[in-house]
Amino acid sequence: MSARRIFARPASFAAIAPYLWMVLFFLVPFGFVLKIALSQTAIAQPPYVPLFDLWGGREATVAAFDQLSIENFKLLISDNLYILSYLRSLTVALVSTAILLLIGYPVAYGMARLPQRWQAIAMMLVIVPFWTSFLIRIYAWINILQHDGLLNTVLLKLHLISAPLVWLSTDTAMYIGIVYSYLPFMILPLFATLAKQDPALLEAAADLGASPWQAFWQVTFPLSLPGVGAGALLCFIPVVGEFVIPDLLAGSNALMIGQTLWLEFFTNKDWPVASAVAVVLLVLLVAPLLLYERLQHRQLEAR
Amino acid sequence: MAEERPDNEAAAGPAKPESPVIEAEKPEALPAEPSQPEPAAAPARPEPAAAVPARIEPQPEPEMPLLRIEGVTRKFGNFRAVDRVTLDIRAGEFFALLGPSGCGKTTLLRMLAGFETPDEGRILLDGRDIAPVLPHERPVNMMFQNYALFPHLSVKDNIAFGLKRAGMAKADIRTRVAEMVALVKLEGLEKRKPDQLSGGQRQRVALARSLARRPQVLLLDEPLAALDKKLRESTQQELMELQRRLGMTFIVVTHDQEEAMTMASRIGVMDAGRLDQVATPRDLYETPASRWIAEFVGDINLFEGQVGAAEAGRLAIATRDAGTLYVAEPRSPLAKSVVSVAIRPEKVKLSRRAPAAEGTSAHAFNRLEGVITDVSYLGGHTTYRVKLDSGAIVRSSMANTTRIVDAYAASQRVVAWFMPDDCLVLEQ
Repeated sequence: MSARRIFARPASFAAIAPYLWMVLFFLVPFGFVLKIALSQTAIAQPPYVPLFDLWGGREATVAAFDQLSIENFKLLISDNLYILSYLRSLTVALVSTAILLLIGYPVAYGMARLPQRWQAIAMMLVIVPFWTSFLIRIYAWINILQHDGLLNTVLLKLHLISAPLVWLSTDTAMYIGIVYSYLPFMILPLFATLAKQDPALLEAAADLGASPWQAFWQVTFPLSLPGVGAGALLCFIPVVGEFVIPDLLAGSNALMIGQTLWLEFFTNKDWPVASAVAVVLLVLLVAPLLLYERLQHRQLEAR
Repeated sequence: MAEERPDNEAAAGPAKPESPVIEAEKPEALPAEPSQPEPAAAPARPEPAAAVPARIEPQPEPEMPLLRIEGVTRKFGNFRAVDRVTLDIRAGEFFALLGPSGCGKTTLLRMLAGFETPDEGRILLDGRDIAPVLPHERPVNMMFQNYALFPHLSVKDNIAFGLKRAGMAKADIRTRVAEMVALVKLEGLEKRKPDQLSGGQRQRVALARSLARRPQVLLLDEPLAALDKKLRESTQQELMELQRRLGMTFIVVTHDQEEAMTMASRIGVMDAGRLDQVATPRDLYETPASRWIAEFVGDINLFEGQVGAAEAGRLAIATRDAGTLYVAEPRSPLAKSVVSVAIRPEKVKLSRRAPAAEGTSAHAFNRLEGVITDVSYLGGHTTYRVKLDSGAIVRSSMANTTRIVDAYAASQRVVAWFMPDDCLVLEQ
């Protein structure tokens, strides 16, 4: 009895801890951002009105609430600059995720088929680049891709091209940067699901007349779908909001939503619009997450 | 038994259609029929007239065995997992490969399935060398030790997997799956996923899946190892019945000698990669080829000794532990002078006084005097350990044919006696 009581408290704390975390570090900050998104710009410090004065009494609070409006959200819909930014972000994220899957799956598959002791080494090789600063690695790509950079030099030396190609400030450069940076996030969850698959299942498939190719599509791939889902989400969501890579490697004719947000915030000093952009981005990203969650839930129920 | 409940539920209702299904099963499952390994472009699967003569004479050729294993060796580095094994298996046989873990029995089975390639020797199926045939092209199916059911597929789809790969027509697949489900009594569970089944049910799905393609040979790798004792015994009976009904060739790998003896018509005993003896269960038990087999298969008392003189069909062997023992004179002369006399515990009788030597010869019985040290009551029989005056132990097992208390108690002085004809002489 007494033992149960000792354990009851920490257990209940453990149960609410994640919610507490969510409230403190997600919902409260999100509330601030949402409030700013509903405010108007002002030449002031901070650069928006109204400000809530907690000591101003009830009337001041009501007056401040009256000043809130959804004007900024209307602006986002009316100006296709924002819509195009969102669309570009989603397209880039979708294309990147597809490329990442195409490259990451075979790599993860190969790793999972390695003998045990080689798997650890392969895993290290995937993770080691993280030990270098992300920015430095992107700058290195600028070096490689620039006019007289490594890539052009090699291609010229191999006589594959006769004049240097333009790589930098193109979408190709941006995709190279994104795929390079996010590949580990795709490989690791895929590797985790593939490595734990029972090799006897493939033998069973072969025994029942499946060619290696059929066995892959009928057994290995369907069983790796949770890994595919996790890897795709782990890449898709941050790529949608990616700012640094497109800013450094892509051209400036089409902006991703992260760049637009940065412009609104730092260049235009329009905090309310920047906040509105952020809120909409969040809603856009939460939607596929919820969908994924529901699909998984349904799968569990169907069992 | 709670885990088997859904079975009973299902059996209560649609158990009836089972028998007609079996009738339909029989003529088709002839060994000759699946020899065309379900060609991809044969959706109709007509029952051709060619199958009719096979129905009259089920065994293709009495001389040629269905499966011939010729001097097969499989090496892993320097280790010979399977060492020059030669074995013939006839069509329709229930064959067991018996041996301790690591003896190479599973490796041999995996070579038959095509997951391992022999380093030496040949494997002939129906007279055809199957070495170059890939696993997915062999007319052989395997039931895996841990079943290896596809976790993402339902019971129905697991069973249909092999049929789909064979390019069977949808309607035919449906019929065959229903047949298989009825055969292993899984009605009502078709839509379940493997993780929603009990161990016994999973075992049945694995069996149905491996039988669905009607293989020429079914390989079973420790098929009952994961089941509890009661379930294992009932499943043994079902497997035997199934094998008899389908007339299919079963090769089962097991480390459990009781299981092998219960189910198989012939048993091959393997040790350290070698096939030591191939015999019927009775011969294996009554005339084991070596000391090792005698000890591995059942219990046995062993006495080492010097071969002495033969007289009136009796051979005297001077043992260190049990004095001179008389055995029936072997048909062929012994090659060695130091041999082991072996006697199974159930052939050793106990009595308070030595039995009167009936007849003329003093060699009619072997008599050993000693004190009972242990009495193990096992229900059907009781095992006594008798410590001889030499210090050696003789075990005697007596059937409890009546409901009286044990006839002998610990520390009682008894005579253990047995007939020379019941003794075995083992040279190695």
